[in-house]
Amino acid sequence: MEALDGNSAIAEAIKQIEPDVVVSYPQSPSILILEAIALFIANGEMDSEFLNVESDYSAMSTCIGVASSGGRVFTATASQGLALMHEALFIASSLRLPIVIGVTNRTLAAPINFNADHSDSMAQRDSGWIQIFSENSQEAYDNIIQAFKIAENKDVRTPVMVGIDSVVTSNLCENIHIQKNEEILEFENKSNPTYSVLDIENPKTVGSLCASDYFFEHKMNQNNGIENSRKVIKNVGKEFGDRFNRYYGYFETYELEDAEYAVILMSSSAGTAKKAVDEMRKRGEKVGLLKLRVFRPFPYKELRESLSNLKSIAVLDRVLTPGTYGGPLFIETMAALYNLDKRPLVYPYIYGLGGRDITLKHIENIFDDMKMAFDNGKGIPEIKYINLRE
Amino acid sequence: MVVLEELTKKEDLFVSGHGLCPGCGIPIILKLVLRATTHPIVIVNATGCLQISSTRFPLTSWKLNWIHSSSGNAASTISGIETMYKVLKKKGKLQTDTEIKFLAIVGDGGTNDIGFSSLSGAIERGHDFVYLCYDNQSYANSGGQCSSASPIGTSTSTTPTGKILPGKLQYRKDITRIIAAHKLPYVAQAAPWNWEDLYTKAGKAFNIEGPAYLNVLNPCPKTWGIPSDKSIELTRIAADTCIWPLYEIDGDNNIKLNYKPENKLPVTEWLKKQDRFEHLLNIENKWIVDEIQNEVDKNWNRLIYNEKKGINN
Repeated sequence: MEALDGNSAIAEAIKQIEPDVVVSYPQSPSILILEAIALFIANGEMDSEFLNVESDYSAMSTCIGVASSGGRVFTATASQGLALMHEALFIASSLRLPIVIGVTNRTLAAPINFNADHSDSMAQRDSGWIQIFSENSQEAYDNIIQAFKIAENKDVRTPVMVGIDSVVTSNLCENIHIQKNEEILEFENKSNPTYSVLDIENPKTVGSLCASDYFFEHKMNQNNGIENSRKVIKNVGKEFGDRFNRYYGYFETYELEDAEYAVILMSSSAGTAKKAVDEMRKRGEKVGLLKLRVFRPFPYKELRESLSNLKSIAVLDRVLTPGTYGGPLFIETMAALYNLDKRPLVYPYIYGLGGRDITLKHIENIFDDMKMAFDNGKGIPEIKYINLRE
Repeated sequence: MVVLEELTKKEDLFVSGHGLCPGCGIPIILKLVLRATTHPIVIVNATGCLQISSTRFPLTSWKLNWIHSSSGNAASTISGIETMYKVLKKKGKLQTDTEIKFLAIVGDGGTNDIGFSSLSGAIERGHDFVYLCYDNQSYANSGGQCSSASPIGTSTSTTPTGKILPGKLQYRKDITRIIAAHKLPYVAQAAPWNWEDLYTKAGKAFNIEGPAYLNVLNPCPKTWGIPSDKSIELTRIAADTCIWPLYEIDGDNNIKLNYKPENKLPVTEWLKKQDRFEHLLNIENKWIVDEIQNEVDKNWNRLIYNEKKGINN
């Protein structure tokens, strides 16, 4: 066991994977990942090229260059930085480049704020990237290691962003298991790239102009990659578990088997929610939790199986998407369940913006509210905001 | 000495079938530049006329490895490719023993404006690549909008001449000078009328280790308002009026003027042949013509002085 914060856990994983190139532009708090990597390289503990570039947009563009040359590449960013990458993210996924980035999920300005919420990653949810969210340092480490294997799978070839909550996870220490270097190398076993612009014997035109006659087919090919990742994510999570005894799937269920009421959320708040479930279970309440790990591809079929027998669900989104009925997690969960004959009632909650605390009490109140609303006759759930001044 | 006939015998790596306009300077510039090295070339092409016209899927005009990422990131994309090349070389994993050259090709919008920080950063990091800007002084691909390479007084679709405005009111960025301030191993300005000079400069740019920048005046019949058979001639007038001096600066700050007109022509000779400057010849816009002449003279004198004194900028 080693005591590492989320940033250091990611840096440790990258040290072991040793990508060909690491690209760096400072954003808080993700820069701590890159600083740690720079120091590993400076001390001769890992052998990767380290490039300091002049913006997050250029960081992603440089990653595109490395990956299109068949290289393994990593960068980390947060908040405004991820927003600035936006345009290039679409290009990376469309060119089927297995880039992996670490995102310390931090809210978007204005007003500027350095704490956690999922605004940055959620704004990229349609960029064609696989999106994985981590509860703690251990998951941050494990998810980064799995991310390369998922991204580089020949049927997938799709970039992956791994999120950890800013400050709460990125900067707080926890004891975690670090695997041996050789275990990681054996697990990763890098496959050959599908193409490389450095392959001068086989010249290729990459990133052509494509009009309406072929564009749709190209986009569907890209979509096949992320659809194929469903199986690969599952297999990689199982293989990881078989080797290291920590199993991963699209989501983690907690006391959900016989539950009547459940909360769905992502990332660090799951720790608090598990504790709240424990407390309520002690009082005989049939409550449970579903912590979503993979937001893209969205595991709608598996969610149906896990959720359809519940009476009601509270979906907690740590992002405000102005003008919508609930956040993205709520909307996608609703869409997954709507066509079922028998489905739970789903309540939209927004919480934790800009690092606003969510406590045991808040989650217990959500269960109580949901139960009361259900018992008092169904009605149409309205959006509720947790721990917000009136 | 370069023999044109010899050049014609070299293989074309950019072939016909592309959709560039008649009279466009790009294919001419490109064929010269691509012939200037015997090494394999990997190209990053920013969004623009060339990219759009040469790669309509499923066709391509390129017989070499070519990648397009976006409009503002050619230099950072090539940074990644060149770095990966070095990694593979270091690890002994390259599939070829031949040294590969890297060429970014970008218009003036992608160079002076949206890709400026990307270019500046790549030069600062010292990647080994050639950056070729084809400077047609506007966003020609999207229909001829004003760029920061558009000269003062230009009528563009976003700085149109109207009842009260005479076109663009700002000076253009002197991008070659700005890049030269980065103190890189090689910077040059060229134009297709002097094919031998352009070819020689491209050869130097490829041979030099580290970043090299070529700014080439690219005549655009569509946005300049000139007949397509006059485009190359126009670039010569640009040199004879000293609007577009041909020069180069090496890593030791030695500046060399490669063409000094025997008869320096007044800028009106350049302006009057193009529809985009037509309005400047009206008497009420004489002040703009005077300003252009003044600036051109100052710049030309500066270059002559710098050449004599061995000053970079």
